[in-house]
Amino acid sequence: MLDAGSTATAGARSLNDLVVAVARGRDRVAFAALFGHFAPRLKSFLMRLGADSGSAEELVQEVMLMVWRRAETFDPGQANASTWVFTIARNKRIDALRRERRPEIDLDDPALVPEPPLAADRSIEVTEDANRLRGAIESLAPEQAEMLQLAYYEDKPHSRICAERGIPLGTVKSRLRLALEHLRKVLKDDQ
Amino acid sequence: MIIPRHHPPEAMLLDYADGSLSEPAALTLATHLALCPECRQRVAELEAIGGALLEESVPEPVSVDCLAAILARLDDPEPRQMVAFEPLPAEVIALPQPLRSYVGMPLAGLDWKSVSPVIAEFDLQICTPPAKTGLIRLAAGCSLPRHGHGDSEVTLVLEGGYRDQFGHFQRGDLVVHDSLVEHAPLADPDGDCIFLCVLDAPIRLTSVLGRFLSPLLRH
Repeated sequence: MLDAGSTATAGARSLNDLVVAVARGRDRVAFAALFGHFAPRLKSFLMRLGADSGSAEELVQEVMLMVWRRAETFDPGQANASTWVFTIARNKRIDALRRERRPEIDLDDPALVPEPPLAADRSIEVTEDANRLRGAIESLAPEQAEMLQLAYYEDKPHSRICAERGIPLGTVKSRLRLALEHLRKVLKDDQ
Repeated sequence: MIIPRHHPPEAMLLDYADGSLSEPAALTLATHLALCPECRQRVAELEAIGGALLEESVPEPVSVDCLAAILARLDDPEPRQMVAFEPLPAEVIALPQPLRSYVGMPLAGLDWKSVSPVIAEFDLQICTPPAKTGLIRLAAGCSLPRHGHGDSEVTLVLEGGYRDQFGHFQRGDLVVHDSLVEHAPLADPDGDCIFLCVLDAPIRLTSVLGRFLSPLLRH
Protein backbone atom coordinates (compact mmCIF):
# COMPACT_ATOMS: atom_id res chain seq x y z
CA MET A 1 0.00 0.00 0.00
CA LEU A 2 2.87 2.33 0.70
CA ASP A 3 5.38 3.58 -1.81
CA ALA A 4 8.88 2.16 -1.96
CA GLY A 5 10.09 5.47 -0.57
CA SER A 6 8.26 4.97 2.70
CA THR A 7 10.15 4.14 5.82
CA ALA A 8 10.77 0.43 6.20
CA THR A 9 9.48 0.29 9.76
CA ALA A 10 6.16 1.68 8.61
CA GLY A 11 5.95 -0.64 5.63
CA ALA A 12 3.24 -2.90 6.94
CA ARG A 13 1.02 -0.23 8.44
CA SER A 14 -2.01 1.06 6.60
CA LEU A 15 -2.41 4.75 5.90
CA ASN A 16 -5.22 4.88 8.47
CA ASP A 17 -2.93 3.33 11.11
CA LEU A 18 -0.23 5.85 10.28
CA VAL A 19 -2.55 8.81 10.86
CA VAL A 20 -3.71 7.26 14.13
CA ALA A 21 -0.05 6.77 15.16
CA VAL A 22 0.59 10.47 14.52
CA ALA A 23 -2.48 11.40 16.54
CA ARG A 24 -1.66 9.18 19.52
CA GLY A 25 2.11 9.31 19.72
CA ARG A 26 3.28 12.31 17.66
CA ASP A 27 5.07 9.56 15.68
CA ARG A 28 7.49 11.22 13.27
CA VAL A 29 8.35 7.97 11.49
CA ALA A 30 4.68 7.43 10.75
CA PHE A 31 4.44 11.05 9.60
CA ALA A 32 7.41 10.62 7.25
CA ALA A 33 5.71 7.54 5.79
CA LEU A 34 2.51 9.54 5.25
CA PHE A 35 4.58 12.23 3.58
CA GLY A 36 6.22 9.63 1.32
CA HIS A 37 2.80 8.45 0.20
CA PHE A 38 0.77 11.64 0.03
CA ALA A 39 3.18 14.46 -0.83
CA PRO A 40 3.86 13.32 -4.45
CA ARG A 41 0.17 12.58 -5.00
CA LEU A 42 -0.91 15.91 -3.55
CA LYS A 43 1.64 17.69 -5.72
CA SER A 44 0.35 15.91 -8.80
CA PHE A 45 -3.28 16.60 -7.86
CA LEU A 46 -2.62 20.30 -7.23
CA MET A 47 -0.66 20.66 -10.47
CA ARG A 48 -3.61 19.20 -12.38
CA LEU A 49 -5.65 21.93 -10.71
CA GLY A 50 -3.35 24.50 -12.31
CA ALA A 51 -0.63 25.13 -9.69
CA ASP A 52 2.97 25.33 -10.87
CA SER A 53 5.54 23.03 -9.29
CA GLY A 54 6.72 25.58 -6.71
CA SER A 55 3.33 26.71 -5.46
CA ALA A 56 2.07 23.12 -5.48
CA GLU A 57 4.93 22.18 -3.12
CA GLU A 58 4.21 25.13 -0.85
CA LEU A 59 0.62 23.98 -0.60
CA VAL A 60 1.75 20.36 -0.04
CA GLN A 61 3.74 21.63 2.95
CA GLU A 62 0.71 23.40 4.38
CA VAL A 63 -1.47 20.33 3.86
CA MET A 64 1.04 17.97 5.48
CA LEU A 65 1.44 20.36 8.40
CA MET A 66 -2.33 20.18 8.90
CA VAL A 67 -2.10 16.37 8.77
CA TRP A 68 0.34 16.61 11.68
CA ARG A 69 -1.65 19.17 13.66
CA ARG A 70 -5.14 17.81 13.03
CA ALA A 71 -4.40 14.08 13.19
CA GLU A 72 -6.58 13.82 16.34
CA THR A 73 -9.61 14.85 14.31
CA PHE A 74 -9.18 11.90 11.92
CA ASP A 75 -11.88 9.29 12.51
CA PRO A 76 -11.22 6.02 10.63
CA GLY A 77 -14.93 5.20 11.04
CA GLN A 78 -15.90 8.29 9.04
CA ALA A 79 -13.48 8.35 6.14
CA ASN A 80 -10.28 6.68 4.99
CA ALA A 81 -6.98 8.56 5.22
CA SER A 82 -6.95 9.49 1.51
CA THR A 83 -10.39 11.06 1.75
CA TRP A 84 -9.41 12.92 4.90
CA VAL A 85 -6.23 14.28 3.25
CA PHE A 86 -8.26 15.22 0.16
CA THR A 87 -10.59 17.36 2.30
CA ILE A 88 -7.64 19.09 4.00
CA ALA A 89 -6.07 19.83 0.61
CA ARG A 90 -9.35 21.14 -0.76
CA ASN A 91 -9.80 23.50 2.19
CA LYS A 92 -6.19 24.72 2.08
CA ARG A 93 -6.58 25.40 -1.61
CA ILE A 94 -9.74 27.46 -1.06
CA ASP A 95 -7.94 29.35 1.68
CA ALA A 96 -4.78 29.97 -0.34
CA LEU A 97 -6.21 30.70 -3.79
CA ARG A 98 -9.57 32.28 -3.17
CA ARG A 99 -8.96 33.80 0.28
CA GLU A 100 -12.37 32.56 1.32
CA ARG A 101 -13.56 30.76 4.38
CA ARG A 102 -14.76 27.23 3.98
CA PRO A 103 -18.11 26.95 5.77
CA GLU A 104 -18.25 23.53 7.41
CA ILE A 105 -20.58 21.75 9.77
CA ASP A 106 -19.55 21.10 13.34
CA LEU A 107 -20.28 17.48 14.26
CA ASP A 108 -20.49 18.43 17.96
CA ASP A 109 -23.02 21.19 17.32
CA PRO A 110 -26.13 20.65 19.48
CA ALA A 111 -28.21 22.07 16.60
CA LEU A 112 -27.00 19.33 14.23
CA VAL A 113 -29.79 16.95 13.21
CA PRO A 114 -28.32 13.51 14.01
CA GLU A 115 -28.22 10.48 11.70
CA PRO A 116 -31.22 8.17 11.85
CA PRO A 117 -30.38 4.95 13.75
CA LEU A 118 -30.04 2.96 10.52
CA ALA A 119 -28.36 4.97 7.76
CA ALA A 120 -29.66 4.53 4.21
CA ASP A 121 -28.26 1.32 2.71
CA ARG A 122 -27.83 2.88 -0.74
CA SER A 123 -24.93 4.95 0.51
CA ILE A 124 -21.33 4.15 -0.17
CA GLU A 125 -19.60 2.89 2.94
CA VAL A 126 -17.16 5.69 3.58
CA THR A 127 -14.69 3.33 5.17
CA GLU A 128 -14.73 1.24 1.99
CA ASP A 129 -11.40 0.10 0.67
CA ALA A 130 -10.18 2.89 -1.64
CA ASN A 131 -9.18 0.28 -4.20
CA ARG A 132 -12.79 -0.69 -4.80
CA LEU A 133 -13.82 2.90 -5.37
CA ARG A 134 -10.88 3.39 -7.73
CA GLY A 135 -11.88 0.29 -9.64
CA ALA A 136 -15.40 1.65 -9.91
CA ILE A 137 -14.12 4.99 -11.24
CA GLU A 138 -12.00 3.14 -13.80
CA SER A 139 -15.06 1.21 -14.97
CA LEU A 140 -17.03 4.39 -15.74
CA ALA A 141 -18.01 5.18 -19.33
CA PRO A 142 -15.40 7.62 -20.72
CA GLU A 143 -17.77 10.60 -20.93
CA GLN A 144 -18.88 10.02 -17.34
CA ALA A 145 -15.31 9.69 -16.11
CA GLU A 146 -14.45 12.91 -17.95
CA MET A 147 -17.27 14.76 -16.14
CA LEU A 148 -16.00 13.59 -12.75
CA GLN A 149 -12.43 14.55 -13.59
CA LEU A 150 -13.52 17.98 -14.78
CA ALA A 151 -15.39 18.49 -11.52
CA TYR A 152 -12.47 17.57 -9.27
CA TYR A 153 -9.61 18.95 -11.38
CA GLU A 154 -11.06 22.36 -12.23
CA ASP A 155 -11.44 25.05 -9.61
CA LYS A 156 -14.76 26.11 -11.09
CA PRO A 157 -18.38 25.25 -10.46
CA HIS A 158 -19.72 22.70 -12.96
CA SER A 159 -22.03 25.33 -14.50
CA ARG A 160 -19.07 27.51 -15.52
CA ILE A 161 -17.16 24.50 -16.85
CA CYS A 162 -20.11 23.68 -19.13
CA ALA A 163 -20.46 27.26 -20.29
CA GLU A 164 -16.76 27.49 -21.18
CA ARG A 165 -16.73 24.20 -23.01
CA GLY A 166 -20.06 24.64 -24.73
CA ILE A 167 -21.51 21.52 -23.09
CA PRO A 168 -25.24 21.83 -22.34
CA LEU A 169 -25.91 21.92 -18.60
CA GLY A 170 -28.51 19.15 -18.91
CA THR A 171 -25.93 16.85 -20.51
CA VAL A 172 -23.48 17.49 -17.70
CA LYS A 173 -26.08 16.90 -15.03
CA SER A 174 -27.21 13.60 -16.56
CA ARG A 175 -23.61 12.37 -17.04
CA LEU A 176 -22.76 13.26 -13.46
CA ARG A 177 -25.88 11.57 -12.18
CA LEU A 178 -25.13 8.41 -14.19
CA ALA A 179 -21.53 8.41 -12.99
CA LEU A 180 -22.52 8.72 -9.35
CA GLU A 181 -25.28 6.13 -9.67
CA HIS A 182 -22.78 3.75 -11.25
CA LEU A 183 -20.26 4.26 -8.43
CA ARG A 184 -22.92 3.68 -5.79
CA LYS A 185 -24.21 0.57 -7.55
CA VAL A 186 -20.78 -1.01 -8.05
CA LEU A 187 -19.90 -0.52 -4.41
CA LYS A 188 -23.22 -1.81 -3.19
CA ASP A 189 -23.03 -4.94 -5.36
CA ASP A 190 -19.56 -5.70 -4.03
CA GLN A 191 -20.65 -5.69 -0.43
CA MET B 1 -37.56 17.26 14.61
CA ILE B 2 -38.07 18.26 10.98
CA ILE B 3 -36.10 16.31 8.39
CA PRO B 4 -35.70 18.41 5.21
CA ARG B 5 -37.67 17.32 2.16
CA HIS B 6 -36.18 19.72 -0.38
CA HIS B 7 -32.52 19.04 -1.12
CA PRO B 8 -29.73 20.71 -3.10
CA PRO B 9 -29.20 19.38 -6.62
CA GLU B 10 -26.47 16.73 -6.87
CA ALA B 11 -24.26 19.09 -8.90
CA MET B 12 -24.32 21.64 -6.06
CA LEU B 13 -23.29 18.94 -3.57
CA LEU B 14 -20.47 18.06 -5.94
CA ASP B 15 -19.33 21.69 -6.25
CA TYR B 16 -19.27 21.84 -2.45
CA ALA B 17 -17.36 18.57 -2.09
CA ASP B 18 -14.77 19.43 -4.74
CA GLY B 19 -14.27 22.93 -3.33
CA SER B 20 -15.54 25.03 -6.23
CA LEU B 21 -18.73 26.41 -4.66
CA SER B 22 -18.48 30.09 -3.70
CA GLU B 23 -18.51 30.96 0.01
CA PRO B 24 -22.11 32.27 0.24
CA ALA B 25 -23.58 29.24 -1.54
CA ALA B 26 -21.28 26.95 0.46
CA LEU B 27 -22.50 28.57 3.70
CA THR B 28 -26.10 27.86 2.70
CA LEU B 29 -25.32 24.32 1.65
CA ALA B 30 -23.26 23.52 4.76
CA THR B 31 -26.06 24.85 6.97
CA HIS B 32 -28.46 22.54 5.13
CA LEU B 33 -26.02 19.67 5.79
CA ALA B 34 -26.20 20.36 9.52
CA LEU B 35 -29.95 19.80 9.28
CA CYS B 36 -29.94 16.95 6.73
CA PRO B 37 -28.21 13.62 7.54
CA GLU B 38 -29.04 12.30 4.05
CA CYS B 39 -27.11 15.04 2.22
CA ARG B 40 -24.25 14.74 4.74
CA GLN B 41 -23.93 11.14 3.65
CA ARG B 42 -23.96 12.17 -0.02
CA VAL B 43 -21.20 14.73 0.52
CA ALA B 44 -19.17 12.07 2.37
CA GLU B 45 -19.52 9.85 -0.70
CA LEU B 46 -18.41 12.65 -3.02
CA GLU B 47 -15.42 13.37 -0.77
CA ALA B 48 -14.55 9.67 -0.91
CA ILE B 49 -14.44 9.99 -4.71
CA GLY B 50 -12.07 12.95 -4.26
CA GLY B 51 -9.96 10.75 -1.99
CA ALA B 52 -9.90 7.99 -4.60
CA LEU B 53 -8.85 10.45 -7.33
CA LEU B 54 -6.07 11.75 -5.06
CA GLU B 55 -4.99 8.18 -4.41
CA GLU B 56 -4.80 7.35 -8.13
CA SER B 57 -2.89 10.54 -9.03
CA VAL B 58 0.40 9.73 -10.74
CA PRO B 59 2.96 10.68 -8.05
CA GLU B 60 4.93 13.82 -8.92
CA PRO B 61 8.34 13.77 -7.22
CA VAL B 62 8.75 16.49 -4.59
CA SER B 63 12.06 18.27 -4.07
CA VAL B 64 14.52 16.53 -1.79
CA ASP B 65 14.38 19.15 0.95
CA CYS B 66 10.58 19.27 1.15
CA LEU B 67 10.24 16.69 3.92
CA ALA B 68 13.07 18.23 5.95
CA ALA B 69 11.41 21.65 5.62
CA ILE B 70 8.15 20.29 7.03
CA LEU B 71 9.82 18.28 9.81
CA ALA B 72 11.55 21.49 10.90
CA ARG B 73 8.14 23.16 11.23
CA LEU B 74 6.32 20.43 13.15
CA ASP B 75 7.00 22.00 16.53
CA ASP B 76 6.13 25.54 15.47
CA PRO B 77 3.29 26.97 17.51
CA GLU B 78 0.01 27.09 15.64
CA PRO B 79 -0.82 30.54 14.35
CA ARG B 80 -4.42 30.34 15.53
CA GLN B 81 -5.77 28.20 18.35
CA MET B 82 -9.25 26.78 18.31
CA VAL B 83 -11.44 28.56 20.84
CA ALA B 84 -13.96 26.54 22.80
CA PHE B 85 -17.49 27.78 22.29
CA GLU B 86 -19.36 29.25 25.23
CA PRO B 87 -22.67 27.55 26.01
CA LEU B 88 -25.32 29.28 23.95
CA PRO B 89 -28.88 30.29 24.75
CA ALA B 90 -31.53 28.03 23.25
CA GLU B 91 -32.57 30.50 20.60
CA VAL B 92 -29.09 30.73 19.17
CA ILE B 93 -28.76 26.97 19.07
CA ALA B 94 -31.73 26.96 16.69
CA LEU B 95 -29.25 28.44 14.24
CA PRO B 96 -26.87 25.63 13.29
CA GLN B 97 -23.19 25.92 12.45
CA PRO B 98 -21.68 27.16 10.23
CA LEU B 99 -24.34 29.89 9.94
CA ARG B 100 -24.21 30.64 13.68
CA SER B 101 -20.59 31.79 13.45
CA TYR B 102 -21.51 34.19 10.63
CA VAL B 103 -24.54 35.66 12.42
CA GLY B 104 -23.38 35.35 15.99
CA MET B 105 -26.35 36.30 18.18
CA PRO B 106 -30.01 35.48 18.73
CA LEU B 107 -31.99 36.21 15.59
CA ALA B 108 -34.29 38.57 17.48
CA GLY B 109 -31.35 40.70 18.57
CA LEU B 110 -29.96 41.24 15.08
CA ASP B 111 -29.96 44.64 13.50
CA TRP B 112 -32.89 43.81 11.21
CA LYS B 113 -33.60 46.40 8.55
CA SER B 114 -37.26 46.92 7.76
CA VAL B 115 -38.00 46.73 4.08
CA SER B 116 -41.76 46.92 4.47
CA PRO B 117 -44.17 46.50 7.39
CA VAL B 118 -43.97 42.70 6.91
CA ILE B 119 -40.44 42.16 5.54
CA ALA B 120 -37.13 42.65 7.31
CA GLU B 121 -33.65 41.73 6.22
CA PHE B 122 -30.20 41.31 7.70
CA ASP B 123 -27.29 41.52 5.29
CA LEU B 124 -24.44 39.11 6.13
CA GLN B 125 -22.10 41.30 4.09
CA ILE B 126 -20.07 38.51 2.61
CA CYS B 127 -20.81 39.33 -1.04
CA THR B 128 -19.65 41.92 -3.50
CA PRO B 129 -22.69 43.86 -4.76
CA PRO B 130 -24.84 43.33 -6.72
CA ALA B 131 -24.68 39.84 -5.20
CA LYS B 132 -26.18 39.62 -1.73
CA THR B 133 -26.42 37.12 1.10
CA GLY B 134 -28.83 37.81 3.89
CA LEU B 135 -31.49 36.65 6.26
CA ILE B 136 -35.05 37.57 5.32
CA ARG B 137 -37.86 37.63 7.87
CA LEU B 138 -41.38 37.48 6.51
CA ALA B 139 -44.28 38.06 8.92
CA ALA B 140 -46.68 35.18 9.59
CA GLY B 141 -49.35 34.82 6.91
CA CYS B 142 -47.77 37.50 4.71
CA SER B 143 -46.34 37.25 1.24
CA LEU B 144 -43.23 38.51 -0.50
CA PRO B 145 -44.06 40.57 -3.58
CA ARG B 146 -44.01 38.53 -6.76
CA HIS B 147 -40.45 38.52 -8.08
CA GLY B 148 -37.92 36.93 -10.42
CA HIS B 149 -34.17 36.48 -10.00
CA GLY B 150 -30.83 36.85 -11.71
CA ASP B 151 -29.08 33.62 -12.68
CA SER B 152 -29.67 32.07 -9.30
CA GLU B 153 -31.37 32.38 -5.95
CA VAL B 154 -30.50 29.90 -3.21
CA THR B 155 -32.88 29.80 -0.27
CA LEU B 156 -32.61 27.88 2.99
CA VAL B 157 -35.49 28.00 5.48
CA LEU B 158 -34.38 28.42 9.12
CA GLU B 159 -37.61 29.06 11.01
CA GLY B 160 -41.28 28.72 10.17
CA GLY B 161 -42.23 27.87 6.63
CA TYR B 162 -43.60 29.24 3.36
CA ARG B 163 -45.49 28.07 0.32
CA ASP B 164 -45.25 28.90 -3.36
CA GLN B 165 -46.15 27.04 -6.56
CA PHE B 166 -43.22 24.63 -5.96
CA GLY B 167 -44.39 23.36 -2.60
CA HIS B 168 -44.15 23.90 1.11
CA PHE B 169 -40.74 24.73 2.53
CA GLN B 170 -39.73 24.31 6.16
CA ARG B 171 -36.64 24.34 8.36
CA GLY B 172 -33.68 22.87 6.50
CA ASP B 173 -35.29 22.89 3.07
CA LEU B 174 -32.97 24.24 0.39
CA VAL B 175 -34.17 25.36 -3.02
CA VAL B 176 -32.34 26.83 -6.01
CA HIS B 177 -34.20 28.96 -8.56
CA ASP B 178 -32.92 30.25 -11.88
CA SER B 179 -33.85 33.34 -13.87
CA LEU B 180 -36.96 31.71 -15.34
CA VAL B 181 -38.74 31.40 -12.01
CA GLU B 182 -41.17 33.99 -10.68
CA HIS B 183 -42.80 33.41 -7.33
CA ALA B 184 -44.43 35.11 -4.35
CA PRO B 185 -43.64 33.03 -1.25
CA LEU B 186 -46.40 33.11 1.40
CA ALA B 187 -45.34 32.59 5.03
CA ASP B 188 -47.23 30.01 7.09
CA PRO B 189 -49.90 31.55 9.33
CA ASP B 190 -48.49 30.18 12.60
CA GLY B 191 -45.29 32.20 12.82
CA ASP B 192 -42.74 34.38 11.05
CA CYS B 193 -40.66 32.69 8.40
CA ILE B 194 -36.92 33.32 8.46
CA PHE B 195 -34.73 32.16 5.62
CA LEU B 196 -31.19 32.59 4.36
CA CYS B 197 -31.05 33.86 0.82
CA VAL B 198 -28.11 34.07 -1.62
CA LEU B 199 -28.72 36.22 -4.69
CA ASP B 200 -26.28 36.77 -7.53
CA ALA B 201 -28.21 39.85 -8.64
CA PRO B 202 -31.03 42.00 -7.22
CA ILE B 203 -34.44 40.42 -7.46
CA ARG B 204 -36.82 41.75 -10.13
CA LEU B 205 -40.15 42.72 -8.67
CA THR B 206 -42.93 42.07 -11.09
CA SER B 207 -46.11 43.26 -9.33
CA VAL B 208 -47.31 46.86 -9.03
CA LEU B 209 -46.78 46.90 -5.27
CA GLY B 210 -43.43 45.25 -5.85
CA ARG B 211 -42.23 47.98 -8.17
CA PHE B 212 -42.98 50.45 -5.40
CA LEU B 213 -40.86 48.43 -2.94
CA SER B 214 -38.16 47.64 -5.45
CA PRO B 215 -35.68 50.40 -4.55
CA LEU B 216 -35.84 49.32 -0.91
CA LEU B 217 -35.07 45.71 -1.62
CA ARG B 218 -32.15 46.58 -3.81
CA HIS B 219 -29.65 47.85 -1.29
